[in-house]
Amino acid sequence: MTKSIMIVGVGGQGTLLTSRILGALLCGSGCDVKLSEVHGMSQRGGSVITYVKYGDRVASPIIAPGEADLILAFELLEAARALPYLKKGGRIIANNQEIMPMPVITGAADYPADIAARVQALGADLVTVDALPLALEAGNAKAVNVVLLGVLSRSLSFTEEAWRNAIESTVPPKFLEANWKAFLLGRGK
Amino acid sequence: MKRLMLGNEAVARGLYEAGCRVASAYPGTPSTEIMECLAKYPEVYTEWAPNEKVACETAMGAAIAGGRSFCAMKHVGLNVAADPLFTASYTGINGGFILAVADDQGLHSSQNEQDSRHYARAAKLPMLEPADSVECKDFVTEAYRISETYDTPVMLRLSTRVSHSQGQVEELPRTEVPVKDYVKDSWKYVMMPGQAKKRHHIVEERSLALAKLAEETPLNQIEWHDRKIGIISAGIAYQYAFEALGEKASYLKLGMIHPLPTEKIRAFAAEVDELYVIEELDNIIESWCRQIGVACKGKELFGFEGEYDQRRIRTALLGETAEAVDFDGAVPMRPPVMCPGCPHRGLFYTLNKLKLTVTGDIGCYTLGANAPLNAIDACLCMGASISMLHGFEKIRPEAADRTVAVIGDSTFMHSGITSLTNLVYNQGFGTVIILDNSITGMTGHQDNPSTGKTLKGDIVDKISIDAICAALGVKRIRVVDPYDMAALEAALKEELPVREPSVIISRRPCALLKEVVHQPPFHVDAEKCKKCKNCLKIGCPALRITPEGAVIDDTLCLGCGLCRDMCAFGAILDAKGAAKK
Repeated sequence: MTKSIMIVGVGGQGTLLTSRILGALLCGSGCDVKLSEVHGMSQRGGSVITYVKYGDRVASPIIAPGEADLILAFELLEAARALPYLKKGGRIIANNQEIMPMPVITGAADYPADIAARVQALGADLVTVDALPLALEAGNAKAVNVVLLGVLSRSLSFTEEAWRNAIESTVPPKFLEANWKAFLLGRGK
Repeated sequence: MKRLMLGNEAVARGLYEAGCRVASAYPGTPSTEIMECLAKYPEVYTEWAPNEKVACETAMGAAIAGGRSFCAMKHVGLNVAADPLFTASYTGINGGFILAVADDQGLHSSQNEQDSRHYARAAKLPMLEPADSVECKDFVTEAYRISETYDTPVMLRLSTRVSHSQGQVEELPRTEVPVKDYVKDSWKYVMMPGQAKKRHHIVEERSLALAKLAEETPLNQIEWHDRKIGIISAGIAYQYAFEALGEKASYLKLGMIHPLPTEKIRAFAAEVDELYVIEELDNIIESWCRQIGVACKGKELFGFEGEYDQRRIRTALLGETAEAVDFDGAVPMRPPVMCPGCPHRGLFYTLNKLKLTVTGDIGCYTLGANAPLNAIDACLCMGASISMLHGFEKIRPEAADRTVAVIGDSTFMHSGITSLTNLVYNQGFGTVIILDNSITGMTGHQDNPSTGKTLKGDIVDKISIDAICAALGVKRIRVVDPYDMAALEAALKEELPVREPSVIISRRPCALLKEVVHQPPFHVDAEKCKKCKNCLKIGCPALRITPEGAVIDDTLCLGCGLCRDMCAFGAILDAKGAAKK
């Protein structure tokens, strides 16, 4: 059985580090693993999507609508955009942050109100997180991505040691302790 | 030990292990990381060439000299490299030669969705297509074997989802392949009509031998499961098909996609009830099936456009649809934008403000076409801005005082120099703006001949853009800092009416470069802000309007100061509280 995790956010939010740590974790798990990300023009402040899939045999590296077991959204509008990808009974974890896209900044479109409540009303299992204060508590505003990974870890059955190894193998040693602290704050420890 | 690798990284690993000695490329999404990863192996000489044609020719020179060589490009780069490639098919090689080309199904970062497989057929070259990172590595070894056995360049076709997906790949040591002897042989390597006639015959004989190889090679595999549905597919489309149908179908998975295996296709088709060809973009395999009398379905179900996925195939073949819930309102698009502090922003704001007609080019600055800057009128391909300006002004000479070309530093080095040569020599009088941000930006910061650093990190003499323009005979060359919009506007107003070619170099390094020092964030004095939204016209993602007035996001702002110049009420202040420069 393949497990499908989708990570969505805005270019520049550090989604790639999150998927790399997840990749390192899964690589040591004995599963077949595939990650898919898009580079180039879509990174310049646009929507970014990474797919992470693991299981006995993963063929397609991408996730189609209705297939994601878990969606980790770094931003609320991106959570709304990714909603059609959620599998029935799947879970969305969303960072309580709003980043205005250019059509909203120029007045051509409105940023939707009450996204979290509306996503919940549609029947999705939504968990919202205020990741920024936790990242600041860990000592680095940029560690939002690792806080969110910590929240995600609650929905996956990997040991804390496995997560620690994955983070150690991915982040530079001088940032390790701040990132580990951020991860534990997200995980709820 | 197995490691997670991008398809591109696995290609690089394959090249390293297979004894590649020389590799040259021009960056282009989704192919760029091949060369960046390969550059980490000291055993392989790697370089960024100014364009794909030069990269292909450099690699061919290395191959003729007897070493295993490689060049890489995105799909549109192959258009540039097509000239040497078609004749390299005639000369053949000495050391093995691989050309990797990465298509961009779904147009994630490209100006068109062309299918590179046509080139293999047109140039009569074998083409392999891996379907994941493991095959990316393995197929490189096989490609060199085919290249040296059949005396031919070999094409390796990649795609966004193969290049940019990661899978677990086993690392093996490098096999050193000795450089072959070089023997002068003008009948093989000098292509004039007499020689080429003879070589063409050899190409046709080689094509027959390769067609035979296609029937036998384990690159083309049959996977038998349920025989009611038979699938012929290759590359990433095979992965979508297998994920959609699993053991409900049997598969002929093609790893060698030119030439195609006629008898193997016929034999597979004979064993299944319904045959489907699943291939993204054009109907190349499907057309071949029809040509050899094999009935199949394909494009009528899946279409020619965009990326496929497993759902599209499941729906078309099994009638199954996944349950999916849409958000209950409009979700505004989030298009890519110029970064905060981007040196291109002020330039495009000024071009739009002056209502100029702008021929554009390929790079981050193509985003100057989007709202609210709306500054670019046309964009075709690398280097086209200057040539299009020249042609535009030949039809509308009266518009010359309100028409400009914009081109980046790397794009100018790629193919803008020849365009400017034409404009100057053939009596054009256009105004050309070279956006020199000291790097190749969009593909993620690769050096180019104007930056003074090589792919291997060596510091070398920069090739001066200013001096090139002067050498081509441009007499009016000036350099402007694009953070200074008043100076930009003044320069444009002086150069546009002049009836001779002029070049304005808009020079400031990319705001994302590590060595660039930024100013502290600016802020808005809410009491002075009249909510006029004039500051929003520069399209900076760090600025937004709230009921209380404009707000600057201090986590994004890099203190470029453009918004302050937009404010007539002195409401935007720098960190020291100053409203004007």
